[in-house]
Amino acid sequence: MIEARITKRIAPSPDVAGFSLDLEFQARPGITALFGTAGAGKTLTFDAIAGFVRPDAGRIMLDDRILFDGASRVHLTPQQRNCGYVLQRDGLFPNMTLRENLVFAADRLPRLERHRRVNETVERFQLTEAAGRRPQEVSKNEKIRCSLARGLMSSPQVLLLDEPSHGLDPPSRTELLRLLRAVRADFPRPILLATCDLEECFQLADEMLVLRHGRIVQRGRPREILEHPASVEVARLLGISNLFQAEITALDPGRNTSRLRFQEHELTGTYFPGHLLGDRVWLCVRAGDLRVTGRNGARAEANQVPAKLLYVSEMPQSVRLEFTGDISVELARNEFERQKDNEDWLVEFPPAALRVL
Amino acid sequence: MTNSWFPLWLSLRVAVLATLISVAFGLWMAWVLANREFRGKELVDAMVTLPLVLPPTVLGYYLLVVLGTSSPLGHIYESLFGAPLVFTWQAAVVASTLHAIPLLTKSARAAFESTSRNYEKAARAMGASEWRVFWRVTLPLSRRAVAAASVTAFARALGDFGVTLMIAGNLPGKTQTAAVGIYDAVQRGDTRAARVLVLALSVATLAIVYAANRLGPRPVAE
Repeated sequence: MIEARITKRIAPSPDVAGFSLDLEFQARPGITALFGTAGAGKTLTFDAIAGFVRPDAGRIMLDDRILFDGASRVHLTPQQRNCGYVLQRDGLFPNMTLRENLVFAADRLPRLERHRRVNETVERFQLTEAAGRRPQEVSKNEKIRCSLARGLMSSPQVLLLDEPSHGLDPPSRTELLRLLRAVRADFPRPILLATCDLEECFQLADEMLVLRHGRIVQRGRPREILEHPASVEVARLLGISNLFQAEITALDPGRNTSRLRFQEHELTGTYFPGHLLGDRVWLCVRAGDLRVTGRNGARAEANQVPAKLLYVSEMPQSVRLEFTGDISVELARNEFERQKDNEDWLVEFPPAALRVL
Repeated sequence: MTNSWFPLWLSLRVAVLATLISVAFGLWMAWVLANREFRGKELVDAMVTLPLVLPPTVLGYYLLVVLGTSSPLGHIYESLFGAPLVFTWQAAVVASTLHAIPLLTKSARAAFESTSRNYEKAARAMGASEWRVFWRVTLPLSRRAVAAASVTAFARALGDFGVTLMIAGNLPGKTQTAAVGIYDAVQRGDTRAARVLVLALSVATLAIVYAANRLGPRPVAE
């Protein structure tokens, strides 16, 4: 278990924009994802945990060891921390073969034990063929497998993975995700994963921390966060495209209903606890939750909004429709095939899909 | 060995020693400048560079003051080795070393700072000591730049004239290096001896610079 409370201010200078990091979190065994765009503070957080950056204040505990404590001026060197740190650009030493890279990491083990560990690791990470070659001469897959293996070599107490899928092609990425699931199953300690990829969070993370401008803006299971983003900023980070300014015009806790007005349309939703009549809110609906039908002269029913189709973008599994009023709808391909000849459209907002922020 | 070859032989010996000392000191200095943050760091860097740009006579004068028989350092040397340092061939080594150090420090610092940050970070996170990081990661990754700088430093040491003349003097068969020997031969009107030395130094230096270019850093394929 790792517990961190980190404050770090970086003063602006001619070549660096100012930045301030201020966060607190705990990570248990399993994968905790630090999700955020570039510049959110993910790498800085890792550098603080691994001992490459000294926080201004706070405290970092790994199991029952203090790695950093601002008050008592404890600041262990990276060498003393025993963090497995897999850097963003793999960082395998180009002057050594993959095997030598692993041996380097196992330096602290006694000689015989070291040999056994290296051989075991080479086999487990399927590096037998590549072990004698240098990083420049092996595939991206083998490189990433070797970096992970090297990070685990010294039996670290926490594993830090800084955007491991950065720059990988889709097959290599799939392979990496499979490998990370295997690592999670075997590694009984916390794994922190910095990523800007939502899919990765969903596939791997037990817990997700959403980082924005050096602060944690939401934490929880990935599914919960996607279902209930805490703010419009989080919703934007998650790529939710239907975000509209709306006003609450009715609230009825007894019948569990509410009414919202947005862009001169009236919608019915479920009751929104914690909101008041007349509140200006953000209405948030995922593109996949909306439904469409052809209008064909019919009148719009409840929760249906007439709209004009602006353009259609093809995606591998589905089709994305962009309507007037900034409404995006994601449809299954066969559903779209059935409806593509519609002239006018009605977009339906199912009451259960409406969220307000 | 005939007397006319002595200056070349001495130059070679001085240059080898000067290169060894300057590599050791230059690498250390470069590592400190590349890895440590301290007040006046850039001032130290500037002072290390100074011998490259100061007139040799100024440098020679400083050395005479610092290492001369009446200075504290000169006294210590004399009590340790039984003879003064100035006007010996060892003084020529000091002169050449001083000129070679900035070449090494500059190139090695640039190489250390540019190539291996990420690798050093990875190595430290794995628990490798600073010493191990340097020998196994930093130095191997900058070896081309360091090798090229060492060769250039050797060439520079081989041709040192001004400072050597000021603190080692021009004692034939004792402190007269090739570069000083040429000057001496021309003064005496001994064109033949001058030509031999000029030709030998030119060929040697050309070979060395050519080697340095071959050794120089190549773009590393990521």
